[in-house]
Amino acid sequence: MIDAMQAITLVGLGVVTLITRCFFLMSKRELPFPAWAQRGLPYAPIAALAAVVVPEVVVSHGALITTWQDARLFGAAAGVAFYAARRGQGQAVLGTIVVGMAVYLPLHLGWGW
Amino acid sequence: MMTASALVRHRAFRAGMADTLKVSPGIWAWGLMTGVTMVQAGLGTEVSVWMTLLVYGGSAQLAVTPLLAADAPVWVVWATAFCVNLRFAVFSLHLRDHMLAWPRWQRLTIGYFVADLNYVQYIHRHPHPAHDPEGQRAQMAYLCGNSLLAWFGWQVASLMGIVLASQVPTQWGLGFAGVLALVGILCSLTQTRLRVVSLVVSGAAAVAAMGLPLRLNILVAIAAAVAVCLLVAQTPWGQKGTT
Repeated sequence: MIDAMQAITLVGLGVVTLITRCFFLMSKRELPFPAWAQRGLPYAPIAALAAVVVPEVVVSHGALITTWQDARLFGAAAGVAFYAARRGQGQAVLGTIVVGMAVYLPLHLGWGW
Repeated sequence: MMTASALVRHRAFRAGMADTLKVSPGIWAWGLMTGVTMVQAGLGTEVSVWMTLLVYGGSAQLAVTPLLAADAPVWVVWATAFCVNLRFAVFSLHLRDHMLAWPRWQRLTIGYFVADLNYVQYIHRHPHPAHDPEGQRAQMAYLCGNSLLAWFGWQVASLMGIVLASQVPTQWGLGFAGVLALVGILCSLTQTRLRVVSLVVSGAAAVAAMGLPLRLNILVAIAAAVAVCLLVAQTPWGQKGTT
């Protein structure tokens, strides 16, 4: 059973999701944003993704890995290679996932990398 | 205003769903492993189910899971989730001009469902806000189709992970499929040299700032990448490939 404190914590976490995702959608009032901030926005999507993805591939236990014997490196490289070979056409992203896992899983589970 | 049925029947709604389908194996694998991780950390089935349904954010859920398991103070749990989610505030700023044509309740309802992949795919398809009503309807329908299908797939996968927690060891590394989905999206975004600069700077900064608490390295990385891109855009090299 969930107790009252757990319920408050969970609902609060849901509110955190709502507030952060809707942060600048709440008010219609003009935002005093400098022009450079507007010009910088197009670079934000790829930066946000890279900041999430790159550590997932090259960091373990909170530090940059020092070995090349890591299945994630080969899985990610295989995925990128597939995407580049397809030039982004067809189901290139789907292929990135499938090919990447096909390289990652044997190395990770079989070799223990 | 746009009724729900008009939204669902709009052509762009299906286009949004089609884009989500392209990355769905990654979403499913990541959702599954998030469910498994919560239960294996000792949160219990009930808390895990409510967390999935209410919080709907993989990175925040994974960040607060060890805190909840250790009975950390509630404000620490909330602050951690807030900081991990701060990148969404940047996304909402970017989406703002696309959404202001709609009433507030509609902005807040759809805004809640817009996760990383939805924002990236939407802004890739619709870099500029539409100014005519039909264009605005198409953009809203795309965002809804894209976000709602992703939400549905994530929830089903997470609930399966919670149920199957004892059968799927996290050591298998199935969650890596989620990382690969993001890798594929990253590849699709590298169309201009400045975006490549953004990727490299942000990735390096995120790793360099790993030591920061509350995953604030993500925010530092975004700020560093945007700043460097704005500077490089001033140079002749940067001006050859804009945005």
